[in-house]
Amino acid sequence: MNWEVVMGLEVHLQLATRSKIFSGAANHFGAEPNVQACAIDLGMPGMLPVLNEQAVRFAVMFGLGIGAEIGKRSVFDRKNYFYPDLPKGYQVSQFFEPIVGAGVFDIPMPDGSLFPVRITRAHLEEDAGKSVHDAFAGQTGIDLNRAGTPLLEIVTEPDFRTAEQAVAYLKALHSLVTYLGISDGNMAEGSMRCDINISLRPEGQDTFGTRTEIKNVNSFRFVERAIAVEVERQRDILEDGGHIVQETRLFDAENNETRSMRSKEVANDYRYFPEPDLLPVIIDDETIEQIRQTLPELPNDKRNRLIHDYGLGDYDAALLVDSRALADYFEAAAALCGEPKLVANWMLGDLSAALNRADIGIEQCPVTPVALAGLIQRISDNTLSSKLAKQVFEGIWQGQGSADDIIEQRGLKQVSDTGALEGMIDEVIAKNPDQVAQYRAADDNKRKKLSGFFVGQIMKASKGQANPQMVNELLLKKLAG
Amino acid sequence: MTSELHERSALELSRALQEREISSVELTTALLQRIRARDDALNSVITVTEEQALKEAQAADALLARGEAGPLTGVPLLHKDIFCTQGVRTSCASRMLDNFIPPYDATVVSKLRAAGTVSLGKTNMDEFAMGSSNETSYYGPCHNPWDLDRVPGGSSGGSAAAVAAGFAPLATGTDTGGSIRQPAALCGITGLKPTYGRVSRLGIIAFASSLDQAGPMTRSVADAALMLNAMCGVDAGDSTSADVPTPNFLDALSGDIQGLRIGIPKQYFSADLNPRVATQIHQALGELTARGALLVDIDLPHTHQGIATYYVIAPAEASANLSRFDGVRFGYRCDNPQDLTDLYQRSRSEGFGEEVQRRILVGTYALSAGFYDAYFKKAQQVRRIISNDFKQAFESCDVIAGPAAPGVAFKIGDKTSDPLAMYMEDVYTLSVNLAGLPGMSIPAGQVDGLPIGLQLIGRPFDEATLLRVGHLFQESTDWHLQRPALGASQ
Amino acid sequence: MSVSRSDVTQIAQLARLTIADEALDDVTDRFSRILTLVDQLQQVPTEGVEPMSNPHDMTQRLRSDEVTEVNQREALQTVAPEVEQGYFLVPRVID
Repeated sequence: MNWEVVMGLEVHLQLATRSKIFSGAANHFGAEPNVQACAIDLGMPGMLPVLNEQAVRFAVMFGLGIGAEIGKRSVFDRKNYFYPDLPKGYQVSQFFEPIVGAGVFDIPMPDGSLFPVRITRAHLEEDAGKSVHDAFAGQTGIDLNRAGTPLLEIVTEPDFRTAEQAVAYLKALHSLVTYLGISDGNMAEGSMRCDINISLRPEGQDTFGTRTEIKNVNSFRFVERAIAVEVERQRDILEDGGHIVQETRLFDAENNETRSMRSKEVANDYRYFPEPDLLPVIIDDETIEQIRQTLPELPNDKRNRLIHDYGLGDYDAALLVDSRALADYFEAAAALCGEPKLVANWMLGDLSAALNRADIGIEQCPVTPVALAGLIQRISDNTLSSKLAKQVFEGIWQGQGSADDIIEQRGLKQVSDTGALEGMIDEVIAKNPDQVAQYRAADDNKRKKLSGFFVGQIMKASKGQANPQMVNELLLKKLAG
Repeated sequence: MTSELHERSALELSRALQEREISSVELTTALLQRIRARDDALNSVITVTEEQALKEAQAADALLARGEAGPLTGVPLLHKDIFCTQGVRTSCASRMLDNFIPPYDATVVSKLRAAGTVSLGKTNMDEFAMGSSNETSYYGPCHNPWDLDRVPGGSSGGSAAAVAAGFAPLATGTDTGGSIRQPAALCGITGLKPTYGRVSRLGIIAFASSLDQAGPMTRSVADAALMLNAMCGVDAGDSTSADVPTPNFLDALSGDIQGLRIGIPKQYFSADLNPRVATQIHQALGELTARGALLVDIDLPHTHQGIATYYVIAPAEASANLSRFDGVRFGYRCDNPQDLTDLYQRSRSEGFGEEVQRRILVGTYALSAGFYDAYFKKAQQVRRIISNDFKQAFESCDVIAGPAAPGVAFKIGDKTSDPLAMYMEDVYTLSVNLAGLPGMSIPAGQVDGLPIGLQLIGRPFDEATLLRVGHLFQESTDWHLQRPALGASQ
Repeated sequence: MSVSRSDVTQIAQLARLTIADEALDDVTDRFSRILTLVDQLQQVPTEGVEPMSNPHDMTQRLRSDEVTEVNQREALQTVAPEVEQGYFLVPRVID
């Protein structure tokens, strides 16, 4: 039987506020345990929450970013359950009236098409603390520094059919929230955490199968792997005539499997009810408009603009808008040299390869947009062949100066002088009479192949500095006799 | 001739302190001595903070000497043991918090301290403020100073008994369904529950967040106005505290009640009410009409359903509020927990008393899957209907009057076996909390030597009218000056 | 409406309370009587009535996003039952 995979994603996004959602404790990481957990975060008796304006603003920015309805009235609720990292015994969340309602988020796919994902809702809530299981004999240590970190939980409809779509969504989401500046979106550090609801059904069936929820999937790569192993697990069960148990499962990257979470076995009854310590949050149209005015250009708009204004291909444009810094780099370099396509090719080719090798981001790139534009100018005015350009690029990367400096230092100017080139070509033709004869006897197809030999010889003779295009033209004339 | 220090009102003591007739240290010492001598019989104070009180009194005297004192500087008071006090055990009268010393003050505590008051200690109460008799306290019942075999009411029973017994002129209380007004009535003192949001809840251990409100418990309406001045005001740390103008409530005491319309809800005089209490209440109302007030019949048709509404909403909120008591970060932890569930279950079952556990169960049930709509949501809807009943009533009257409790103080143990009988104690008070209105009980008579309370209910944030009516009543009557014998008077 | 012993046990579990076997009948009985009391709610027609969560029609104030708290770990942990190296300790939790 052919199975269709049906998935919906829930993303918990930590918002990059200075302080926590309900207290004035600092919202950053890496500190000693419990030093950033104040009396409110610890749920001490008598303590009360006060809502952080910036968290609300960030949630509205996200809603506007995906064109969703903004909850002009939203209400916080208590989600009740006992767990040691949940200090009050309830999580303050939004269940009945979330701050962001339904919207559609267009995801660029690698083939250049757009995949629309329906966002069900996004709501504000507080993060829980962390449990440390291995540091104490027979006991678990509780660190509540993270408790009270503002989270935006973003829930999609079950619109995903492939892991590729899910990953594309997460990448687009990452890109959106970093453009907005509302989160660093770092999956490895838990700033963006993904739960995957996943079920299988026979192709053509309308109703959904029983789903499982996979937690703890903290990288794009793990999302693909977790989906693959869970799909396989469910398919095996279904094909053996078994039933899927609705449960929460944990992705174990080490063993590449998902396993049932024992701690979540007891069916929870969260007993949501409106949080009486907080009042309804009212956001008027004027405030929404004000926030809208502050939004930066978002990835989808930027991508369209790059396609239209710079004539870039869909795929290149999508790659360049992946981060705001990358897109800004592109636009700066393109404006300086007036060669957007060459800039895109370099950025997605040599530059990105070099960044990968050095394992750094565009923000740390030693080649500035000015330097790259300088290099590209020398390519477009034929001073440098592409081969030489690569050497010069390497020099710029290593801090040896601008493209012009390096060309000067190394005498790397491309030879585009017809007289000089003709001399070299004549010499090569004279040295290789056999090959010349062979060429002249061959048909067009073969000739093309054979001409490569001569070009190679000439480039060698010129130490790579001959203008390859001119060499080609002149050579063909001369070989034709 | 001046009366004994312990009988004087806060305003009288304030004047004596300002005029340097007495020092705060003298006053504080005298009251501490009185507590030591007499509280064994009452059990109204859980923790006496003698050393700290004397320090605060010395500081107050220094301010008085420099002429930098405010009206409350050097005046002693007691705090209900639900208000967090930095460095002083705050138990909520529960085993759960028997060892809890908060590293912070409640806003009310810091405001009263900033006003110069001297805190003598922490008063007994029903555990986590759940009760109407002070019998659920982990530290044992508090006794009514008018009759030691009887309850002082609750949950602020310790504060009411202590003020009545002359341990302090002022005490703080909290009122979720009548916990200031009912014990004030049963102990013959003045107790004011302000409008919800008038006083900050920050640092008060929560029972039911949408109902809890702190207020003054005093021996006169004028003292209540004085104390409310220092307690009230918007607090950035409490999202539900109201950003409304705070008048000087002492100014509200002057003025007449000529033509003031007093609404009398017939539902407050039904069969539940002790007929002798009813007679006294009618007599008290006669005093007010004699001063020019008009009585108007009003209808509060859902008074009785208010009990059902309250006993869903309050336990539901409490069930969540009390989840933080889990033996992990503070409070009682059971011995040798076997695993996490054992830690939770035994810490909570051993740390909480019976009534608290009962309310947690009821609240958990009302919120649980399948019952939310039938119980919690329904109760919230009826709550709005009850609130609208009051709104409508206030279209034809300026203040509502009736009894604060259906009877006089009952015998200790009489109602402990029947939670429902106990819940009936608050039939006239809890609707006021549901609607978030200000309510005040003032002494208005006696039945068999036991005090009864007249309850006045006002429009939202109109404590001023309650204070004006109450003060006028106290100008023409002396019920508030009656004192329990409490053994031989000194 | 009345509840059964097993209902009460289940609710207790949800609330992380234990009820001793010998007390269960009594607790169940009182619980049922309270439910009978609160069932009076059902007498009131409420169709179309907006639920009321808070007494006043006030709206939430917002706090500006500033760090106002300093590290108070030592003071806050003085009341903690068991602490080691700055962590609150609980019996081993198994995920």
